[in-house]
Parts: sequence; structure tokens; C-alpha cells
Amino acid sequence: MATAALPQRRRLFSRPSAKTGVVSWLATADHKRIGILYGITAFIFFILGGLEALALRAQLARPNGEVLDADLYNQLFTMHGLTMIFFVIMPMGAAFVNFLLPLMIGARDVAFPRLNALSYWIFLFAGLFMYSSFFLGGAPDGGWFGYAPLSTSLPSHGMDFYAIGLQIAGIASLVASVNFIVTIINMRAPGMTLMRMPVFVWMTLVVQFLVLFAMPVIAVALFELTFDRLFDTNFFNAANGGDPVLWQHLFWVFGHPEVYILILPAMGIVSEIIPVYSRKPLFGYAAIVFAGAAIGFMGWGVWAHHMFAVGLGPVAVSAFALSTMFIAVPTGVKIFNWMGTLWQGDLRFPTAMLFALGFVSMFVIGGLSGVTHAIVPHDTQQTDTYWIVAHFHYVLFGGAMFAILGGLYYWWPKFFGHMLREGLGKLNFWLWFIGFNLTFGPHHLLGLNGMPRRIYTYPEGMGWDLWNLVSTVGAFTIALSVVVFLVNVAVSRARREEAVGDPWDARTLEWSIPSPPPEHNFDEIPIVTSRDDWWHRKYLSTPERQPTPVVAGAAEGGDTGHGHIHLPSPSLMPLIAAFGLPVIGYALIYKAFPVAILGALIALLGFFGWVFEPATAEDEH
Amino acid sequence: MLGTLVLFVLIGTGCVTSDVGPQDYMTVEGPVARRADSLWNVTFAIAVIVFVIVQGLLVYAIVKFRHRPGRQAAQFHGNTKVEVVLTLIPALILAGLAIPTVKAIADLSEKPEGALNVTVTAKQFWWQYEYTDHGVMTANEMHVPTGQPVFLTLEGADVIHSFWIPKLTGTQDVIPGRTNHMHFQADEPGEYYGQCKEYCGLSHANMRLRVIAHPPAEFERWVAEQQEEAEDPTDPLAQEGQEIFMQTCTNCHAIAGTDAKATTAPDLTHFASRSTFAGAMFDNNTENLRTWIRDPLAVKPGSLMPDYGLSEDQIDAVVAYLQTLR
Repeated sequence: MATAALPQRRRLFSRPSAKTGVVSWLATADHKRIGILYGITAFIFFILGGLEALALRAQLARPNGEVLDADLYNQLFTMHGLTMIFFVIMPMGAAFVNFLLPLMIGARDVAFPRLNALSYWIFLFAGLFMYSSFFLGGAPDGGWFGYAPLSTSLPSHGMDFYAIGLQIAGIASLVASVNFIVTIINMRAPGMTLMRMPVFVWMTLVVQFLVLFAMPVIAVALFELTFDRLFDTNFFNAANGGDPVLWQHLFWVFGHPEVYILILPAMGIVSEIIPVYSRKPLFGYAAIVFAGAAIGFMGWGVWAHHMFAVGLGPVAVSAFALSTMFIAVPTGVKIFNWMGTLWQGDLRFPTAMLFALGFVSMFVIGGLSGVTHAIVPHDTQQTDTYWIVAHFHYVLFGGAMFAILGGLYYWWPKFFGHMLREGLGKLNFWLWFIGFNLTFGPHHLLGLNGMPRRIYTYPEGMGWDLWNLVSTVGAFTIALSVVVFLVNVAVSRARREEAVGDPWDARTLEWSIPSPPPEHNFDEIPIVTSRDDWWHRKYLSTPERQPTPVVAGAAEGGDTGHGHIHLPSPSLMPLIAAFGLPVIGYALIYKAFPVAILGALIALLGFFGWVFEPATAEDEH
Repeated sequence: MLGTLVLFVLIGTGCVTSDVGPQDYMTVEGPVARRADSLWNVTFAIAVIVFVIVQGLLVYAIVKFRHRPGRQAAQFHGNTKVEVVLTLIPALILAGLAIPTVKAIADLSEKPEGALNVTVTAKQFWWQYEYTDHGVMTANEMHVPTGQPVFLTLEGADVIHSFWIPKLTGTQDVIPGRTNHMHFQADEPGEYYGQCKEYCGLSHANMRLRVIAHPPAEFERWVAEQQEEAEDPTDPLAQEGQEIFMQTCTNCHAIAGTDAKATTAPDLTHFASRSTFAGAMFDNNTENLRTWIRDPLAVKPGSLMPDYGLSEDQIDAVVAYLQTLR
């Protein structure tokens, strides 16, 4: 009794210790829970962005549409783009990376668990901040790339929310990139050399370096935009010596690597799925890894292909035309390698595989239309028409979103411990596939027929009526497919079909542990002896694939009593620190500067609390 | 994947059967657009071949290697020779496309000789054309002679716009603080559609334009007409309209030969000779003019022309006056 009564040091906040309930989620530093939070949040934003798209398509279904007025249309197309890029595809990538990265490299968590929580909360607040603009006089309405001087001159607060909201979201990405890079470099299990890492981990590494270098560029551009809007500086004001084209250079130096930030995780996901259902190792692992790295480097040298109509002069234009053509080469390498993986395989087609193959097929179309942009004299025809809209939806929806859905079906048992239903899954896929092509296939034709993007209305007699109607029907087909997915999630939860640790007879380490994984992931940190280590623990690498018993030692691995498993302790400090940022944001927009100081104090309070609280809670010692 | 093929056959037939609109860039006129189109034709043909081969192989692999009882997957990790060849083939194809592309970029950047000079100023949400060689000022509808290059000087005013006449040439941005150039040539007389391509605000969709190509003699006649000043109206209703105009509209509009000299809005000296107005958005007829003057913002969001609250009679008078400005 006397020892138990030792006085506790007083703290400002008592540290949460619950393992379940709301507070346990608010304070979690567990990478798996943060991954799930990222995934759910991003999916909610996906539904919002999708509803925006449906409204846009409803307006464009017929000439002289009257569903939306010009102002609302402009807000919705801007928010659709911002949402899908910054609040759906990027955080969906973060969801997969968070949950899977430590499992794939045999680690118990990421390098900085509380920093990881900080990323999530900042991302969430950035999204809520951005969406609150709808209720505060109007959402951003300058297009997702916010070209100055339109973006500096639009009258509502929308573009202030754009500048500051993206700034906040960028902090989340930047913080996460440092965390993931350190994790990959430092926390791999013994024997997990770089060239034994799963391709998804490799693509994550490339992407996080892109984020690390690209985010500061957009941060500079956004600061300049914020200053031009709030404090009447003249970075982009030609009348006072500024340069509107400066914005475009800064934006696209960020914006083109951003495209690869969106697509490389998808390529990583597909590179995990296809070998498993082909029952073969990935064809040309090294080539796929180097192609990914090459895309990462070359992605910095193609930004001005977004600016071929700006008047950069024939020399600059030629240089960027060439770099744009040749970035297609490493992309093509990946396509061939996925095909090589299928070759002479033993292919099975559960839903995840359908989405992965759909990805390959659709991405080829997006890649080919991408090459046409490098033909500069003709790109000046295509640019800003629906041909471009078709292209980037074939790579971002046909590419990234197909892979994300495939990844969800593939890893769902690992995430939640139960399977998704295959029947509903196949319905989900086919509606998705047909709806997608019905929506965006016609955009090619509309583009070639001269329909510019970002027009809220069009007159009769332009030859655009039929394909716009078809596209709208397609969009609602996709919506139906999303409903089927949600039904599948609900039904699969209600009638649980429990998942075993390795339901797909897969290849990588995350499948070597139970589904869902225990809080500490691995009872014993695995010792890695080859690429696809888990597969090789199950099968001899002979053509006959004789199953072998699990290696000796691992079977005795239940002995966890001999060492303390260090796990990150929950903390509310990341949430508190993150909350300061939107407060500063609102204060800047409404020029309530004392409130900005309050926001900064909240953030500081969070960081101080963080610094002074021990990394591991006392009761765990 | 069969679905893809079926779908693209459908789209292919769609290409052939659906209407070709007045603004498409697949059926082009004039040497500049044709040069770009010839590059496109080669690229598109190669893309179709690659598409068929890759999707064909994908479908073949899916059918041929699908799981059947007793099937064993071959456990190979790669094949260096195949990989090198499959990297080189696309690289060579792209190199083959790069050469004519760079040559075309260089050729098209040359200033054509003997060109008609027009300065284009893009404003929210209409186009101003100044024929610097002829002292003619007009809006939205650009008249040009056939068989002669037209050299445009593009001046930005408020935000970025982009000038585009798909059947004659691709787009060039019009940027505040910069002067850009582009050129085109119409070989056949006719009316060519275009519109602003860079998102520029509320009525981006309503910032349209026309290029009207005439045989050279007809073009000369048009220039001569446009060089004349406006005559005062003789009809009493139109005279009343002129009075109202001079009290209300002269802050922004100019009419040569009168006191109206402002240049923020379109020059209306020969307004009635135009077939459209307000960014080529409306046909130029009495009904449309009435609707427009009654409440411009109701039909063209974001337009800088205010609603002056004119009575119906006053509107009729102004319309009558505008219709005398031939």
C-alpha cells in the first residue's frame, strides 16, 4: 500500500490510457489505427468529391443546363479537383502506407508514432477547414491550379481558404514524408535489404522523397498567393511588376511531381496484387524499382508541359516536349513488367485482381493520350479541352482509384479481420469499370470536338449533346458502384467471414501475422532471407512448389516473455497541436490577428506538452 | 477486359457517326492547323497500334493463363533481353516522333511574311481586335482575308485568357504583363468558331469568338466600311436612343464620330454589322438585345455591363439606335 501511494507527478493533462472508445482513437499513436482513420476520412471525402462530380455532370447533361449557376459550378469543379487530389488520393495512399509499411518491412510501428498522429490530425483539420468555406461565403472557385491573377482577384474568401487550406494540408504531407522515409531507411527487419523490399515500399520511398521536395515549392507559391490576397503584395500582379507566370512555374514544379505522388503508390499496390494472384514473382523487380525511381527523377523535368500555350519560346518548349516523351519510357517498362508477371502464371480473378488488371488496361489508355500532349503543335489544340480531362481521369481514376479499390479488396482481411464478399465485389468492379469508361471515354470525343473544360454551360449545335449525356449516365453508374461497395462493407461486417492470417496465399510479411494484426504486429521481429520472404517460408523455390513446413524457430516464436515490446503510448498532444493550425487560418482570413496568436499558442501548447511527456507512458514500464 | 474492346469499338463508331461540330479540331482548315494535324495523325495511328497490341496481349494472357486444375505457374523472375528490347522499342518510337515535333515547333515559331497585323486584347469576357495597319477597332468577330497569314499580337488586360480557333490554329495564352504572338491563315472563306480556353471567371463559358474569312476584295470592302465613322440617326426613336446612350453608356463604350470614346467595353461604331454580341454569345437581333440591356448579369454572369434600370421604352430606343450603327 505504501509503495502504491507514491505521489504521482502532477500534469496539465492526464494521459489517456483507454484501449477502446472514442478517446482511444483521438489519442492513438498506433500506425494501424491511424491508417484506418486516414482511410475512412479519405473515403468520406471521396463521397463528397463524387457528389460534386455528379452535380457537375447533371449540369452538363444537356446544353444550356440549369441545375447549377455559374458561380456554384465554378466552386464545385474547383472543390472536386482539390478534394480528389489532396483529400482522397493522397490520404488514401497515406492510409495504405500507414497500415502496411511497418508490417511489410517487419517493424512494430513507424519511426515517429506521435508525429504520424500529428499528420493525420492536420490533414483532417485542413479538409474540414477547406470545406467550411461552403458555409462562409463560398468555396474556392479559381480552379485547382488557381492561376494568378484570377486567383488573386476573385472576390469571395474562397481562394483564401484555398491558399491557407492547402498550406495546412501540405504540412501534413511534409511531416508524414519525413516519418515514412526515416521508417523505411531505419526500421527494416534484419535481412530486409533495399532490394528485398516489397515494391509498394519502394514506391512509397520514391513518393515520400517527391513529397519532401515538392511541398516546399507549393508552400512558397501559396505564401505568395496568401500575401497577394491578404496584404496586397504584388508577386503575381503584372501592373506593379509582378509576374502571373511565376505562379504557373511554381505551381507546376510542385504539380507535376504531385501527379507521380498520386500514381506511384497505385503502381506499388498493383505490383503487390498481380504476383499474388498470378502465383509468380514479379517480373523484372529491379526494372520496376528503377523505373519508379527514374519516374521520380524525371518527374521534376517535365513541369512546363502544362504551359505549352504560355509562350515560353521554341527552345524551352522543345526541351519540355522531349522530356515529356521520354518519361513515357519508364512508365511503359512498368506496364510490360506487369504483363510479364501474368505470363505463364496461374491466374485467379478475385475482385482485387480485377481492379488491378483494370488499372493496367485503363492506365495504358491514359498513358497513350498522355504521349499526345508532347506533340506540342497539337497540344495547343488539346490543352484545356475535354481531351485533357479524359487523359487525367484515365490516369487518376482509371489508374489511382482502380488501384485503391483493388488494394482495399486485397488488404481488407488484413485491415479488419474479415473478408469482403466476392459476389458484391464483382458487381462493384463491373459497374465501376463500365461506369468509368462510359463517363470518361466520351470525354475524348468531346475534347476532339472542341469542348473546353471548366465551362458551366454550352449552346446547342456544337455536336456535344450526345456524349455529354452519355458521360452523365456513366457518372451515375459509378455512383451506383460506390453504393454497392458500401453495401458490401456493411454486409461483410454484419455476416463476418473471419479471415485467416494469409487468405490469399500471399508473398509479403504482412500476411505472416494474424488478421487483424495484434497491436504489437510481430511477436518476434522476423529475420528476412529473401525477397517475398513469406512465400519462401511457405514454399521451396522449385518449379514444383512443394509446400514445406514453417521454418524451425518461428514455430517456437510464441515466446514473447523474454523481452519488453516497446509500443508507442497514446497521446492527445498531436491533436491539440494540429488544432492550432486551422485557428490561425481562420484568423488570417478574417484578419483577427489576436486569434491567430491564440492559435499559435494552442499549437505551442501541444508541442510543449508533447516534448515534456515521456514517449512511453509510465504504467507500461 | 473484353469490355474495353467493345467499348472502344463503340467509341470508334461514335467518332465516325456523331456530328462534327463547328469547333472541332479533327477537320481543320489552313496551313497552321494542318501542320499540327499531320503530326497528330501519325501519333494517333501509332497510339492505336500500341493500344491494340498491349490490350490484345493483356486479354490473351488473361484467357490463356487463367487458372485451371493442375496448372502450375512458371517461377521466373525476369528476362533481361526481353526487358531491354521492350524498353528500347518505345524509346525509338518516341525518338521518331520527337524529330518532326521539334521541327514543327521551330517552323511554327517563325513570323510569317506579308501578314495582316491584328492586336488582340482579351478582357472579362470578350475580345477586342485592333487592326493596327487599318485603324479599325472591333470586337469578338475577327474578319480576315483568305490566303493571307494573320499575325496576332496578344495583350493581357485583367486575368489570363487563351485565344483559340481550333479549325485554324491551336491556342495561345493572353497574359497580363506579357505580349504573346500567334499566327494562322484561312484558305477558304467561311465562319470559324472559337472560344476562350483558359478559365477566366464567372463567364468563361460565355467568352466565345468567331473568325470570318472573306476573299481579299470582300475583306477590303469590309475594312473600308469599318473605317467610316458612325452617322447620326434620322429616325426619331433611334435619335432618342442616341440621347440615352450618350447619357448612360459612354463611360465604357466608344462610337467613332460621337463623344463616346471610352475603351473599357467593346467599340460599337459598327455594332449592327456584327452577327453576334456579348462575347459572341447571342445572335444580334432585337429580342436578344432587349433581354441583354434589361439585365445583362441575368444572362451573362459576371459581365461588367451593369443594369441601368432603363424603362422598356428606353430600351427600345437604345436598341433602335444600336441597329443604325451599320
